[in-house]
Amino acid sequence: MTEVEIAGVGLHRFGRFESETITSMGVTAVSAALAEAGIGRGGFQAAFCGTAYGGVATGHKVLGALGMTGMPIVDVEAGCASGAAALMLGGAAVAAGQYDTVIVFGVEKMPKGIIRSSFFDPWQEEAGMAATPAYFALRAQRFMQSSGVTKDHLAAVVVKNRRQGVHNPDAMFRSEVEAAAVLSSRLVCAPLHLWMLCSPNEGAAAVVLTRRPATPGPSSRNRVQLAAAVLRSHLPGAVLGESTPMAGLTDDSLPTASTLAATDAYQVAGLGPGDLDVVECQDTDAARELMSYEELGLCRVGEAAAMIESGTSSLGGRLPVNPSGGLLSKGEPLGASALGQVVELVHQLRGEAGERQVPGARVGLAHTVGRGANAGVVIVRRS
Amino acid sequence: MSAAVPVQEGLFTDSEPPRLLGGRCGACGHHHFPAAAICPYCSSPDTEPAPLSAEGRLWAWTAVTHPPPGYLGQVPYGFGVVELPEGLRVVTRLTEADPDKLRAGQAMHLVHDVLHVDEDGRSVVTYAFAPDQPMAPSP
Repeated sequence: MTEVEIAGVGLHRFGRFESETITSMGVTAVSAALAEAGIGRGGFQAAFCGTAYGGVATGHKVLGALGMTGMPIVDVEAGCASGAAALMLGGAAVAAGQYDTVIVFGVEKMPKGIIRSSFFDPWQEEAGMAATPAYFALRAQRFMQSSGVTKDHLAAVVVKNRRQGVHNPDAMFRSEVEAAAVLSSRLVCAPLHLWMLCSPNEGAAAVVLTRRPATPGPSSRNRVQLAAAVLRSHLPGAVLGESTPMAGLTDDSLPTASTLAATDAYQVAGLGPGDLDVVECQDTDAARELMSYEELGLCRVGEAAAMIESGTSSLGGRLPVNPSGGLLSKGEPLGASALGQVVELVHQLRGEAGERQVPGARVGLAHTVGRGANAGVVIVRRS
Repeated sequence: MSAAVPVQEGLFTDSEPPRLLGGRCGACGHHHFPAAAICPYCSSPDTEPAPLSAEGRLWAWTAVTHPPPGYLGQVPYGFGVVELPEGLRVVTRLTEADPDKLRAGQAMHLVHDVLHVDEDGRSVVTYAFAPDQPMAPSP
């Protein structure tokens, strides 16, 4: 298969920006990515825009503001994995030879508080069933019962990610927190406290994909290849999967959407979890990160508690997870989230991540999962 | 109650105790909830309505402390998953809003639960599971 190169990345910082629109944030990220790739108007033949709440023709508005339309612009919604879905489509189109160069971007401007989702029927909202953090809490409770994970481990995830986020100028929260403070923050849905949950917010991220040129350019040392971009949905049956059904089967053997996506991604990239140097994963809540360790094969089933306890997943450990600070530090602009992870990994693989650099990182994995269920797994590697 | 309306038709009966209106698939044998013309687990159209057991075991639980979008009732309220003998796990409200008073595997039974009173003065009712014997709080 043709190698797909990440020729440029750009980001609009994640946070709350009263004076910014979804379009203006998209313009910032897209402009930065195009500048890095050394291309402008006419330099790409297709565009893919991930957004969950942006509404009709969000990608068109961003590229319209730049005066760069005319090519196909595809808006993609896949919940928290919307950016990964856009990347999958863009990467496949380049690999297939349909286009030489595409821009893939994600944008979002989320309202504050619990996310209101058209996924739920009106009666479910009226009955209090659209309580998204409650589903996270039930999943966390089951995971804790089966894995030996305690609330102290959940707090440790928050402490780790917030500590790492201090060094990320694009994160929303840039202060360290102590475990005791995490555990004494407001109980939202037991066992999850407020600081264990990420904040929906605003931001944008963009990536330029191009067919690998025959002759490496002057910056070949820093080249990053898109090795896999996979999206999977859930298999029917799991009651607490991100598909949030009203009922499920008493069958605990079903692989999750995240496991399905990871398995596919490793196969496409021709490598395994042992080859990874750095991971960005979905820490919507602190337990979600620990579940991801197992689903992505970063540790064996039942070893997530040991992985966080031992520091393996901390910066300086064998396999740092969320060196960016994760969603717990950055917040979660749904459509931009997955591509924000990819931007972080590209900086890591180029050796440009400053104080949060994972030394010598060559292979990185980004994981998003959310409503649908949609699970995205992206693998990038240094060429 | 004087005048009561279900939050949604077709989910549960107005009998005492109420029953959840599920279905069963003739092809794969799995039950499902709510009732569906096509089996959500094997895609077969060979389904038939099947009222579900009104009794089950608690499988997961929490409490919602802040009103979620579109919700007009009181907080906190219990929320969890109850496992039914049909091999089904049902997402449900719980009448017990203190997680410390519940335990895994506890016997639960289905009840009607009033969500709020609408503008016409009618009680809007949904389904919920209640513990068979209220537990003493943990020491």
